Amino acid sequence: MQSKASNSSGSKLLTIDWRKYMVYIAFVVVFIFFAVTLHDQGFLTTGNLLNIIRQTAIIAIMAVAMTFVIGAAQIDLSIGSIAALSSLTCALSIQAGIPIVFSALIGLATGVVIGFINGMLITRLSIPSFLVTLGMMIIISGAAMWITHTAPVPILNDSFNFIFGGGSIGGIPILLFWMLAIAIIGHFILKKAPFGRKTLATGGNENAARFTGININRVKLWVMTSSGAAAALAGMLYAGRMSSGRYTFGEGDEMSVIAAVILGGTSLFGGTATVVGSVIGSLMIGMINNGLIIMGLDVSQQNVVKGLIIILAVAFSKKAMQR
Amino acid sequence: MTQAVLQMSNISKSFNGVGVLHQVDFELQAGEIHALMGGNGAGKSTLMKILTGVYQLDEGEITIDGKPVKIDSTQRANEHGISMIFQEFSLVPTLTVAENVYLNKEPRTKLGLIDQRKIALQTKSILQDLQIDIDPDCEVGKLGVGYWQITEIAKALTVDTKILIMDEPTSSLTKIETELLFQLMDRLKAKGIAIIYISHRMDEIFRVCDRVTVLRDGKNCITAKTSEIEMEQLIEHIVGNRVGEAFQWVERSYDVTAPPLFQVKNLTIGSRVKNVSFEIKPGEIIGLAGLMGSGRTELARGLFGLDPYQQGEIYVRGQRKRISSPQDAIKAGIALVPEDRRTQGLVLEHSVRDNIALSILPALTKGLFVSSKASNEIAHQYVDKLSIKTDNIYKLSGLLSGGNQQKIVIAKWLATNPDILILDEPTIGVDINAKIEIVKIIREFANSGKAVLVISSELVELLAVSDKILIMQKGEITAEHQRQNITSEEALEHAIQSF
Repeated sequence: MQSKASNSSGSKLLTIDWRKYMVYIAFVVVFIFFAVTLHDQGFLTTGNLLNIIRQTAIIAIMAVAMTFVIGAAQIDLSIGSIAALSSLTCALSIQAGIPIVFSALIGLATGVVIGFINGMLITRLSIPSFLVTLGMMIIISGAAMWITHTAPVPILNDSFNFIFGGGSIGGIPILLFWMLAIAIIGHFILKKAPFGRKTLATGGNENAARFTGININRVKLWVMTSSGAAAALAGMLYAGRMSSGRYTFGEGDEMSVIAAVILGGTSLFGGTATVVGSVIGSLMIGMINNGLIIMGLDVSQQNVVKGLIIILAVAFSKKAMQR
Repeated sequence: MTQAVLQMSNISKSFNGVGVLHQVDFELQAGEIHALMGGNGAGKSTLMKILTGVYQLDEGEITIDGKPVKIDSTQRANEHGISMIFQEFSLVPTLTVAENVYLNKEPRTKLGLIDQRKIALQTKSILQDLQIDIDPDCEVGKLGVGYWQITEIAKALTVDTKILIMDEPTSSLTKIETELLFQLMDRLKAKGIAIIYISHRMDEIFRVCDRVTVLRDGKNCITAKTSEIEMEQLIEHIVGNRVGEAFQWVERSYDVTAPPLFQVKNLTIGSRVKNVSFEIKPGEIIGLAGLMGSGRTELARGLFGLDPYQQGEIYVRGQRKRISSPQDAIKAGIALVPEDRRTQGLVLEHSVRDNIALSILPALTKGLFVSSKASNEIAHQYVDKLSIKTDNIYKLSGLLSGGNQQKIVIAKWLATNPDILILDEPTIGVDINAKIEIVKIIREFANSGKAVLVISSELVELLAVSDKILIMQKGEITAEHQRQNITSEEALEHAIQSF
């Protein structure tokens, strides 16, 4: 029944995990569907395609970090609120006349510190990440409303607005570069670096990872911290794009991000994860949004259809996996 | 002879053109405990899956009480009175014993609500009938594993079970729980229930089974009464042409005057390990025997830095080491093959290669990244060296058999090139061929001048592999025996049990 390892080069094909590829197939199917049906409404124009990227890049960046979080069998619900607070701390710093480099670092530090606290609470007090970050989400969104009494903070620094999301180089939005950079870094860390292996081992079997000498608490601390950092970057990209910091940025993003990651083929229970899948998952959600808007559906209808497509895509990939 | 309750004749089954069962016969009498044995891939589990309706047979016939039946689903198997107790229990830990026993077949009141009182009463009467003293209202999660098994059996008895299949039922039980289970099996037998008993443990087979059927390579090998066959013969049938090798103690030579490679002085870990001292010479294999709960596993955990020790000193090559985490232990050259390969040893949804590589990531890292080439090489090296049977190194480790999974865990630790290898129950739930190979691996490792500590409840294995045996009782090491001074398994058993 079984053959030895050395004489079976061809059988690798048989062990393909179809769930990994489902999102690509779904992506192509949805793309072709919109391309055909919305051809006359300009879905395929460069302008519109770049628009999709503009609308998804921020979600995709958070999804890259969330891939590590979910891969380690954790969850982070606080990312949306972190994005909001970081946009404000960064905007307030710029308003106070602090150079943009330092303002950006302050924004980033906001996310890093919150993510670190999340990680400490999860590891030191052994509270499940779901509860820690649920509480943190409420605290931080409260704090974001509080610091400016819900008033938006305008950012008048053009170079900040250019670098963080507003600008484009040679017609290509700068957001695309941010997304690619984060995705490439994330992909290589997950697939190639020791930290990626440790993350997936922790998510796949925490006990076995510990018995193998992996410091699972350090892994959890790092994934939560980097998720906070990615959320902070996302918040600043929102700020740059909108030339202001607002407490409403990132609202509900945690759900879109989690949906994108799971759609991309990362296991909700940890242990298997793919950064590329998460990015494609994000793009797919963005593309669906965009297509539905062009079709003339209003927000309520968009939500219904988007939810259905997500459930269908996951259901198909499960079926494909069982075979 | 009375009519058989179950007759499986000429059963054949193949998957993707590969024959797994070839015209296998199996017969079961009412009130009989019949052992089903064989190595991995012998076809035991396929045969049982056919009987329980998980797989359909390609050829052959099944009759129950003389009537031919077609078992095309697990539900159909249940209707025919066939129940299987799984290795992984199917109980809900947060429900009570009674609620579990009647799960999904709850008696209803007139209002259509669940009749809690009736459930409790009927469960009580089933348990009384079996002379088992557990409170039906106790949450299953609060009971020991042994009682889980009993709850599973009670569950099977709520329907009209004629044939009960038990797959390695004692693998997670203590000695007392095992004894309880055996008594229970005798009572089931007296009620006319036939039991198919799958186990790798020889002593149990001879203790409880009336007959034994051995499969090898998907074919019938022998069916015999346990009273008419010797253990050696049975092993011969299971392993086929590899007799001789089986569990013979080989006297090994190593320098007994050499300074110890590993030394433990007055180690105290919590309340479970008290003032333990021992040493292992280079090339020496020490066996650690003791009942479950004697502190064996706790000692292993402490030595590997999983639990903190309050007192004592650990020396490797004469150097004192402070070990407060597995990372420290690995640095000090200590490796632990843990008790439970599925929950502690492996990431089951990761490949063979990734599991082996996990323990030595720093060594495989070139620059920023883990080198695939180096990972593949090390995986190939150990797959060959330990003859791990897998299609390729990318196969998910969870898909391999128990013996091969255990070899991956061992490979992963050998890859760290440790000085001291601690193995906690290395052959639990592993078939006899794999056992023999694991014993061989342990010997080879020791022969390279390294130290080995083997913890096992399987005395045959301990006797086969150890140069010296330590007896642990209630957290203390109470005796030390040179292997050649132990004359038999019984003598060792006596040493472990005496106080």
